[in-house]
Parts: sequence; C-alpha cells; structure tokens
Amino acid sequence: MHAEPKTPLDVQVIAANLKHDGARRLWRSLEELARTPEYDAFLHDEFPNDPEKEPKPARHGLNRREVLKLMAASAALSGLTACTKLPTEKIVPYVRAPEEVIPGRPLFYATSMVDRGVAVGLLVESHMGRPTKVEGNPDHPGSLGASNIFCQASVLTLWDPDRSQVVLREGRISDWPAFLAMAADLRANFTSTKGAGLRMQFPKAKWYTHEPCGNYAARQGARMAFGRNVNSVYRFDQAAVVVSLDCDFLNDGAASVRYARDFANWREIETPRAQMNRLYVVESTPSITGAMADHRLPIRCGEIEIFARALGAALGLPLRGASSAVPDSWMKAVSRDLQNHRGSSLIVAGASQSPSVHALVHAINASLGNAGQTVIYTDPIELSPENDSLSELVKEIEAGQVSTLLILDSNPVFTAPADLQFAQQLLKVSLRIHCGLYDDETAELCHWHIPQAHFLESWSDARAYDGTVGIVQPLIAPLYHGRSLHELLALFTDDIGESDHALVRDYWRREHSQPSAEQFGNLWEKTLHDGVMAGTALPALSPKLILDYGKLPDVPAHNEQSIEVVFRPDPTIGDGRWANNAWLQELPKPLTKITWDNFVALSPATAWRLGLTTGDVVNLNIGGWKASGPMWAQPGHADNSATVTLGYGRKRAGHVGTGFGLNGYLLRTSSAPAIASGLQIEKTGKTYLMAATQIHHPIERNNQQVEEESENAFARDLVRIATLEEFRKNPQFAREPEKEVATGLSLYPPFKYEGYAWGMSIDLSRCTGCQACVIACYAENNIAVVGKYEVMAGRDMQWIRVDNYYRGSLENPETYFQPVPCMHCEQAPCEIVCPVGATLHSPEGLNEMVYNRCVGTRYCSNNCPYKVRRFNFKLYSDWVTPSLYGLRNPDVTVRSRGVMEKCTYCVQRINAVKINAEKEDRLVRDGEIQTACQQACPAQAIIFGNINDPDSRVSKLKHQTRDYSLLAELNTRPRTTYLAKLRNPNPEISST
Amino acid sequence: MESDPLERGAEISQPRVIEPGYTISTVTDKISSIVLGQRTRPGWFLGFGASFLLLLILLYAVTVLFAIGVGIWGVNIPVGWGFAIVNFIWWIGIGHAGTLISAILLLLHQKWRTSINRTAEAMTIFAVLCAGMFPVLHLGRPWLAYWLFPYPNTMWYWPQFRSPLVWDVFAVSTYLTVSLLFWFVGLIPDLATLRDRARTRAKQIVYGFLAMGWRGSAVHWKRYEMASLLLAGLATPLVISVHTVVSFDFAIAILPGWHTTIFPPYFVAGAIYSGFAMVLCLAIPLRKFYGLEDFITMRHLDNMGKIMLATGLIVAYGYMMEAFMAFYGADIYERYVTLNRMVGPYAAVYWSLIALNIVIPQALWSRRVRTSVGALFAVALIVNCGMWLERFVIVVISLHRDFMPSIWLMYAPTRWDWMTLLGSIGLFLTLLFLFIRYLPMISIFEMRSLVTETEGERT
Repeated sequence: MHAEPKTPLDVQVIAANLKHDGARRLWRSLEELARTPEYDAFLHDEFPNDPEKEPKPARHGLNRREVLKLMAASAALSGLTACTKLPTEKIVPYVRAPEEVIPGRPLFYATSMVDRGVAVGLLVESHMGRPTKVEGNPDHPGSLGASNIFCQASVLTLWDPDRSQVVLREGRISDWPAFLAMAADLRANFTSTKGAGLRMQFPKAKWYTHEPCGNYAARQGARMAFGRNVNSVYRFDQAAVVVSLDCDFLNDGAASVRYARDFANWREIETPRAQMNRLYVVESTPSITGAMADHRLPIRCGEIEIFARALGAALGLPLRGASSAVPDSWMKAVSRDLQNHRGSSLIVAGASQSPSVHALVHAINASLGNAGQTVIYTDPIELSPENDSLSELVKEIEAGQVSTLLILDSNPVFTAPADLQFAQQLLKVSLRIHCGLYDDETAELCHWHIPQAHFLESWSDARAYDGTVGIVQPLIAPLYHGRSLHELLALFTDDIGESDHALVRDYWRREHSQPSAEQFGNLWEKTLHDGVMAGTALPALSPKLILDYGKLPDVPAHNEQSIEVVFRPDPTIGDGRWANNAWLQELPKPLTKITWDNFVALSPATAWRLGLTTGDVVNLNIGGWKASGPMWAQPGHADNSATVTLGYGRKRAGHVGTGFGLNGYLLRTSSAPAIASGLQIEKTGKTYLMAATQIHHPIERNNQQVEEESENAFARDLVRIATLEEFRKNPQFAREPEKEVATGLSLYPPFKYEGYAWGMSIDLSRCTGCQACVIACYAENNIAVVGKYEVMAGRDMQWIRVDNYYRGSLENPETYFQPVPCMHCEQAPCEIVCPVGATLHSPEGLNEMVYNRCVGTRYCSNNCPYKVRRFNFKLYSDWVTPSLYGLRNPDVTVRSRGVMEKCTYCVQRINAVKINAEKEDRLVRDGEIQTACQQACPAQAIIFGNINDPDSRVSKLKHQTRDYSLLAELNTRPRTTYLAKLRNPNPEISST
Repeated sequence: MESDPLERGAEISQPRVIEPGYTISTVTDKISSIVLGQRTRPGWFLGFGASFLLLLILLYAVTVLFAIGVGIWGVNIPVGWGFAIVNFIWWIGIGHAGTLISAILLLLHQKWRTSINRTAEAMTIFAVLCAGMFPVLHLGRPWLAYWLFPYPNTMWYWPQFRSPLVWDVFAVSTYLTVSLLFWFVGLIPDLATLRDRARTRAKQIVYGFLAMGWRGSAVHWKRYEMASLLLAGLATPLVISVHTVVSFDFAIAILPGWHTTIFPPYFVAGAIYSGFAMVLCLAIPLRKFYGLEDFITMRHLDNMGKIMLATGLIVAYGYMMEAFMAFYGADIYERYVTLNRMVGPYAAVYWSLIALNIVIPQALWSRRVRTSVGALFAVALIVNCGMWLERFVIVVISLHRDFMPSIWLMYAPTRWDWMTLLGSIGLFLTLLFLFIRYLPMISIFEMRSLVTETEGERT
C-alpha cells in the first residue's frame, strides 16, 4: 500500500529466529519471523487498515487516503464541465480485515483511566476503530460498570482538535526524529556526567511529583498515625453511620465511583423495615456529599480540625483543647450514634484537611473498631508515594542543580503555587522538555514539546483504589503521533526504542515469573479482555497506630472575623486539565448550576455583610497575592469562608478553555495549598454575568432567606420527601391519590401496549446529583455544545438535566436533586400540537422525535410541562471540524439547525438489543438494555426496562410505595417515574 | 332609508356621514384626483420613504434570520414563542376591523361605513400579510413551511390535523383569500372609473386590465351586488372564526395562562378592539392630509370610538374573568401564573397593559374625547400598544414560568426582535402608501350613491 520499498526479507534472520524460537512458536508469515518494521507496525497498530485513520504526513509519500483524495479531486475537476457528474470515489475493501470488526457494529475494549493516580476501569465502545463512548467496566472494582463525568468526557479530549499535534522545538514545528537525535546526544551527555538523567542508569537523576489537587495531606496523616504509608480503602457498604469531615467522597476522585455505589445501596429502601445508613457531613463548601447528608453542618474549613478534636474527645480519645463552635447537642448526638455503631461506622477526612486531621481520623476509626471493618488499610497504590515536591524542585533550580528538566503530563506553569514563581524559575533550566496532551502554558516555556498520546491511544497500567491492576490499552493508533510517557522515558533507559506495549507487557511478564510464556500469554489476554488482572487487589494490613496525641500540632489560631479561603478542584474541569473539554465546561456545576465559569463562593450572610450581591466582581487579596473574579452567594456555605475553585483562568488551554474565569492558583501558596486565612475581599463595582442553567432567586419569607423556585417546587410536590421514620409510619406518603387522574376519564379508549412497554424509574434516594448521566448523554447522543452566551440565553441542549432544589433557610438548606429526562408520557402533550407530526408515539410507548420532519414551531416545547425538549436555535452541532466526525455515535443523527430534540430513551440502544434478540428468537432480557444515563450512573439511581413484564426490575420499582409521577394531575401518564427521597436524620438532632 | 336608526339619529344630534355640497362628479373628482394627479405630493414621498426604510430594516433582519436561525431572537427554552407570535396575533387582530366594517356592517346596512371601508379592507389585507409572515419566520426551518399545507406528496404524508397550528394555516389563508377577493371585487367599479379618467396610456392599460371590462351595465351591477353580498356572507363568519382559531393555539395547550375557555370570545373582541384602533390611527392622519374631512366625518370617528369602547369593555371583562377563575378554581399553576403576571418580574408589563387597554380608553365614555380628533388618535395609539402588550403578557409571561420551577427563565427580546417588529410596521405602511397613491382609498361609487341618498334626505 505504501509507496516506499519494503524492507527486504533477510533469510538468515528468519532462519535464526526460527531456530531460536524453536517448535514452541507458531508463525504466520515470513515477515513476522523476519521481524520487519512493516510487520511490527502492523502488529502494533490496533487497526492497521482502518480507513478512518487520519492521513499521515508525507513521511511515506502519498498514502491511500491522499491518493483517493487526489483522484476524487481530479475526477471532480474533469467533471466540472459537465456540472452534473458526481466525482468518482473508489472504495477499497480491507485486504486483511481486523478481527471481529463487523461494519456497523461496535466493539468494546477494556481499558483504564487514571485520575490523580487512581484508576477507574472502563469499557470503551469502538465503531470501526473509532472510540466513541466510554462506559464503566463491570468487572473493575473501582467502577462496577459505572463511571464519572471525567471518564465520560475523556473521549471528547481524545478527539479534541486543539490537542497538540506535532513535536515543537522552541515553538516551531519539528519532528520526532529530530527529538530522537537530541535525546541521543542528551543520553550520551548523561552517561558522561552520570548526572541528571533517570535514576536507574543515572543515579543522580531526580523525580519530582506535583499534583495540584492531590491528597498529600492524607499520606502525611497516614504516616503520622502509622509511621508508614498506607492506602485507606473505605467500605461504605459496611458503614451504617458515616461522618465526613469535608470529604466529598461521593464525587471527588476516581474512587468515588465505587463509593457512590456502596453508599447508595444503603439508600434503596424497598420495605419500611429496611435499614438505612446515616451521613453526617461537616464542611465549608456545599458539595454533593453535603447534599446527600442527613445532617450537614457548615463550618469554616479551618475549624473542622477543632471539630475533629472535639469529636475525638467526645469518643474518649485523650485530646486536649477540644472546644468547638459546634452545638453541644449535635456533637453528643453524633458521638452517641457512632458509639452505637462500633465497627460499622466510618469517619472520613477530605483533602483540604491537615495531616493531623487525617491522623486523628485514623485514631477515631481505630477507637471505634472500624479499622479492618469499614476502613481497610493496604500498601499504598503508588509505586513511591511522595509529597508534592515542586518546591524542592524550585529550590534545586535556584541552586543551579537542574540542567535538564523533563515535565511529563503536568502543567506546573499554570498549576504551581503562586509563591514559587515557577515560570521564572523554569526559565533558568538550560534544557526543558515537556510532554503533554496540549501545547499549554508550560509547553510554551519549554524548548521541546512532545505531543502526548491520550490514554485511549497508548499502553500503560494502573491500580484501582484498592490496588487492583488494570491495563490501559489503546483503542486507536495515536491520532497525532503522540508518544506515551513510557516511550518517552524509554529513550533515557536501556529500553530505548521499545514500544509502550512491549514495555508494559514485559513489566508484567517479569512480575509473573512463575508461569510459562504460554500461561502468561493467556493471563495477559485475559487481563486485556477483562480489564483487570485478577487477584491483584492489595491485601489488607493492620498497621499499628502510633499516634502521639500530645505531639499533634496545635490548631492554627483563627480570627472569627477574618475570612478564610479554601481552594478546591473545580467540580467539572478539575484542576484545569479538563479546561478545553467543552462538555465539562458546559456541564453545570452541581448546586450552583453555573456553566463556563468559576467564582468566589461566599455564604449569603457573609456576602451581605460585605455589601456584595451575586455577580459582583471582587478583588481578592491574600498576603499580597491577588486575583479578581465574580462572587456567588451560595446557600449553605459556611460564614466567613470563601471557596475558590481551581482550574479556570487558563491562558493557553485551547479554543474552548482559554481566557476566562478566575485563576485560583494566583492566590494559592505552597505553604497554604488548601486553606489560607486572612482573605481580603474588595468590591470593584463591576458586575459579571454568569450562565446558569437553573435560576435560584433568594427571597425573604418569615424573616428567613428562602429560595423562590424551590418553594414553588415543593408546593407543587415535584420532589417528595420523607424521613425514614415518616416512611415507616406511612409507606404511602409519596402517593397522592387525589391528584392521580383516573385513566377511564379519557374520551378515547386507552392504547393497549402489547409486547414491550419501555419505562424508567429514578430513585431520588440514590441519586447523588453527580451528573455523570448528563455527560454520558452528551457522548451517546451527539449532543451539541452551545457556549456560555447561548446557555445564558436559555438554550443549553442537555437532554437530561439534574434539577436541584433547596428546602429551608438558605443558611443551611437541605438540598435535593432531581434528574429530569423526557418523561415519555403516554398521553404526551407535545404530540397533539405538532402541526407536521414530527413527534409521535411508538407502539412501545416511546415519544419519538422525527428530526427530518420537524419544521421547528417549538409548540411541542411550549406544551411540554416538564420542559425537557431542546431546540437548535442556531446551528449548534459542529459540522465542520473533521476530528469531531470521529467522535460521533454513528447510530444517532447529528441534528441541524431549526429542529427540536430530546431524550429518546436511547432508542438506538433499544433497537440494537431488540434486533439481536429477534435474531436469537427470544425476548429482550431484563437489564439487557441500559440507557446511557443509567449505565453511567455510579449510584444506579436510574433503572430502565419493560414495564409490561411484571418481573422486570423497573416494574418492581414502579410498584414500590415510594413511586410517584411528576405532575400526575395533568394526566400525561409519564413513563419515567420517581421514587421519593428518603432521609434518615438522627431523631436526637431536632434542628434539621 | 328612513327606517335606519343610525340615520335617524344623525338627523337629531350627530354629524353627517358626508358633508353637504357634493355632487356625484365632485366626489369622483376629489377622490380620483388623489390617484390620478400627476404630481406626487412631497409629503407622500416623505411618508413612503420613511416606511420603506423600515421595510429595508425588515429585509435586513430577515436575511440575517435566514442565515443564522431563530437563535438571533430572544426566544429560548422555556419561552419558545416570543415577539414573532406576539406580532402575529397583533397583526391578525388588527386586520379584523376591516372585515367587520366591510362585511358585517354591509350586511347590517350601516351606510356610514362607506367612506372608511376601503381603507379598512386594505388595512386588513396588509395586516394579514404582515401577520402571515411571522409564523413562517419563526419556524426553525422556514423553508419547509409548506409542510403545514396538505399538499399531495409521494409519502402520503399529511399535516397533523389535531394541531391548532394547522387550523391556523387554514384560518389565515382563508381569511387572506376572502379578504383579497372582497377588496378586489369592491374595487372593480372604481378601477373602471380610474380607467376612464386616466390620461396616460400606461394608467389606462393597467387600470383597464384590473377593471376586468367593467362597463357599468345593469347586469354588471346586479352581479356585482350579488358577488359582494356573497363575499360579505363568507367574510362575516371569518371575523369570528379567525381569531377564535388563533386563540386555540393557546387554549388547546395545557399551559397555565393559555388553557382557558374564555380565550375565543376574548380574542375576537380584542381583535376588533385593536382593529378599530388601527383604523382610527390611519384614518385620522389620512383625512387630514388629503382633506377628506368631508367624507370621513366626525360621525365616523365617533362611531368607531364607541365600538372601541364596547369591545374594550369585553376585553376588560375577559381579563377580569381570567383573574377570577384563577382564584376561584383550585389550580395552583393557574393561580401562580396570574399572580406572577401581577407581581412577578414582568408586573410592569401587565400593569401597563391594564392602564393602556382598560383604564385610559374609559375616556371614550366622554363625547368630548370622541369628537376630539387629537384625543381619539391618542387613545387609538394607546390601545394599539396595549393590545400588543396583551399578547406579550399571554405568550411570554405564561411561558416564562410554568410547571417546573427549575426551568423558569426570563425572556428578553434582542435587537433583531425589535427590528422585525418595526420592519413589519414598515411593510404595512409601505403597502398602505402605495395603496393610497395608486388606488382610490374611498369607494367612489359608494360615495356617489351616498351623495344621492343624502340629497334625497335633505330634499
């Protein structure tokens, strides 16, 4: 196929190889035996004959695609005179078809995604070699089939046209061979100096780590408590009482996918006798975990340490100086509850908390007998757990000790603490090499930039939260000749020139020295297939607690009136690495529902005291470090505390993420990476418009700040809530028979649904509000991104949205989430008003949208009481960017301007399964069809199925007493129904 | 004519429908000279120029609209319908006065209507044209608007007849057809007059062509009378049905604030209300500018003022009942919508509507106001604005906060919305200026018969 001459087959090499491998080896072709480069390329190319592959630069002269293009172009030119003749395009069939590829049918491959060192196992859907959709891997302990927003959105980053595409040398386009030549020189130089280089070959080389939002405090805390590094694995499935000290365990970090499942399993109450766990959350910034809490206490982040000591003291630990602002009754109730659940309670601390809080938490868990029960200690999952060593690096640079710096998959110029002045320091290094997905702020200041291969393009390995090993395997050859970090590092080791596949495989070959090559081959195949290496979860340890309570550092004194600032990763774009991901930018931040921006969050009372209203631009100053940005008065925020989320304010993120938002890193110093006190807030008089997908208006009612929209929502019974006790007294509380309209009232006979009748049940008790469903829907259904100004105009395109409502005073309201997809009403108001019949009912009860027929009157949306329909007011879908073609789900139409769209219950998935079932002459099995939102949901709050089958899971859920329909009184008869929310407050605490 | 109560009333207290001193030929001279006069008056150029500028704005706005999509407007989810639909109902409503005057008053033998019916009918047609433009413009894919018509196609696919929008298509297209026919048939004798009086060849040909061979024979007149009676009979139900069907766009929906049985009568009354206001807005400057005070007399203005007062009261009753039913009924959504209109974020719009549409027009009880040209003009303008606001209240304020509070949002028109609204006024005025320059704005032959009749009265 290629124009270049083939490497001639060397018969001697073949003979030698044959002899060497002997009879053990099966061979397929002489090329294989000769190990020619062509054969290697073919072998390591996942889909060697993939027509979707991007055309390669003219390295090999013309490739097939370009030949075809030229042919087509010349045909077009010759045909121009005729004007009617279409250009001739030739279709070339596979010469050697990749195994198992059936055109039109997706294949799934297991891989893993790493978030801050912890892996989530994934199954990635591939259409003709194009990864289009990421799902959780059901066999992976960190996923159990679910995923989070970052996993779901990672596929967009893969196809992001802004990813760096070429090797850059001092900002100019260079190429890989040039870098190789430079690396060879460098290597020779290292060998002579023994100096900077990598540790094995070059003992003086140093390895620094920098994770902007890593949990270094937990590691230090573990060392304080146990004198060694341990990894804590929480067993929320065993914990009946959970106390979270500013730990957003339901949403933050890769382990949250599993934790959310374990936690939610306690929340599904089928019968009034069932037990339910209880969650206490002490936090400063309202989080998803706080919203799920049965009791939430907003206190300043810096005071949580005092709370932890007080709690420890209340539980009998020998702690001094433990007085806290927390109401005594609260503390007593919590400690009594914990003591009643010895061995089945759990205290967790978040990344913002100091090492001593983490150490204390270990001590409290130990004293409650939770260690080994609800918290399992294992060896650390990192190879060498270290502290964030960026400051050490800067010190060494200043001392002139660093001559060559390789920056691997990190963007310290943006994320480094402000006081390190990293950008200036970096320039002192004489050779700077950066490898990353984007040509970002750091790449700009480096001599060399190497495009990094995305994790869906490269081989690697990673451990899950419990240590289980998963292999990262590529779904596609690197789109832009990216290099994996393995390949890059191999240039400086003995493995020079090895592929990442060989490196990863050889590592695990060495680790499994016992079995024969054949056995390892089987194990390797099985690992790749399953996505996990069986039995690699780290064994439980029982480390001895050596915490000396007397030596705990004093809690930093705090001034009641001074305002602390807490730095957190942004809930949707993380520490900034997802800034160029438009799905995540447009995903509303949980609770505030802001898109495309971050802000300084203050409590309404603090904002009022400072004379600020939401949207005011403020200047922030903390110890001379300054930034400015808009303020948001967030209900439930702790007073005298400000939260700044990191990740915004990128200068070189790409077209999507550059140039807006408040850069929190400008305020963050290495001495106070999580909490800093003494924040000065100054009003600038300017205001800034932010785009929220849900508006919350605070209003005054009975001398209390409440929220207008939520008040109406509760008056309308949109979210039905009871405590566990109320539910036990009245299991029928969610039913409102007077509102249910009798079906016989219609003039028309009801339609009889024979066969399948699709329906959905959403359990509000399980839903954590993480919005993985929203991003999953983006990926599955080719949903367009509209941008900040269109969101502000009220035109976001999300087919499923997660509404949130506050109940009670805005100082510390209860927060409720409600995912709202299309209800697929049996008597759909949208259908009768469409003048062209573009929205119709299927015999299986789906409310279907015919894009081709839609003329765009928007009457259906006006008449939809749930307002779940979304309209293409402009041409929102990107029809131009070629790389995004690859991203799209080929089973779903890409919508054009002027048509209405909405949730289809993933009709493409329904039909795929139905076709398969019909071929096998059987009915669709329960659970065989999973909608995208259902599949992604870590809490398994969404269940879809056939409601005509009384044994299906969805039917059973709909027969629970908690089941209710939204706006049932309109007689729309929704197919999507809700299970009412249950809370389990402690009867001893009356206030909430 | 002795039995006509209005005519009798005229003898007692009211001004005449035509001032004395006119003969058949002076009436003809006076009206046809506006059309056939060689020199176009500079004032006409001024007015036409200004209107045409507005029309160009419309063309600009529509070009951008077609290029980018309805996203240039302020519409969103939940407010899927904005200015375009508000304008549509407003213009359709305005058209109603013309049909009422020409058809219903013709059937009721209200002779005073003669001098205003031609302009009013022209106004109807232009207003319906303006109105008809909006539903097409507001479509996401306007080039597919023909799918709303039941045309034969290879897929055997029909419109969805349960949708009120399809009924709208029939109602409005029927309305336009009948109005156009009615207007044109009424013009034929006058076109013949113009043909006979035209002095340039071009005008003779054009008017001659349009006059369709009218010779004024008794047979012609007999057929003419029959045709106009039949068309009047056809048009009369349309006065009621068109706005009733338009109101179904809302009443059929389940949205609180729309789903109301009072809508059909209240929409029809509102339409006539705004229609008469528009006729006044046009007639008052026209009679002044072209010196037609003798033909469009205070009697006409007074009568129209009274009709406005009556329909305005019906509209007020509609508002009252809407609010009453919201609180009398137990529906919390309906109640919220009503409260939201009164005290919500758009309260200013609602209370302006009440002031403009109900409070201020009460001045029409006073004969002094009804006989003061300036005051009447002011009230008419105010009512036109008020009726526009009424449609805004119905369309936008009901939509912006409906069942699910999570999706409540404000609606704000963009400059393209305003440009389209202004531009549609430009289109209307441009057509109107062309009409008054090239066609007789008062029915010559009917005025002639009025001259004969009033002469008969006086002798």
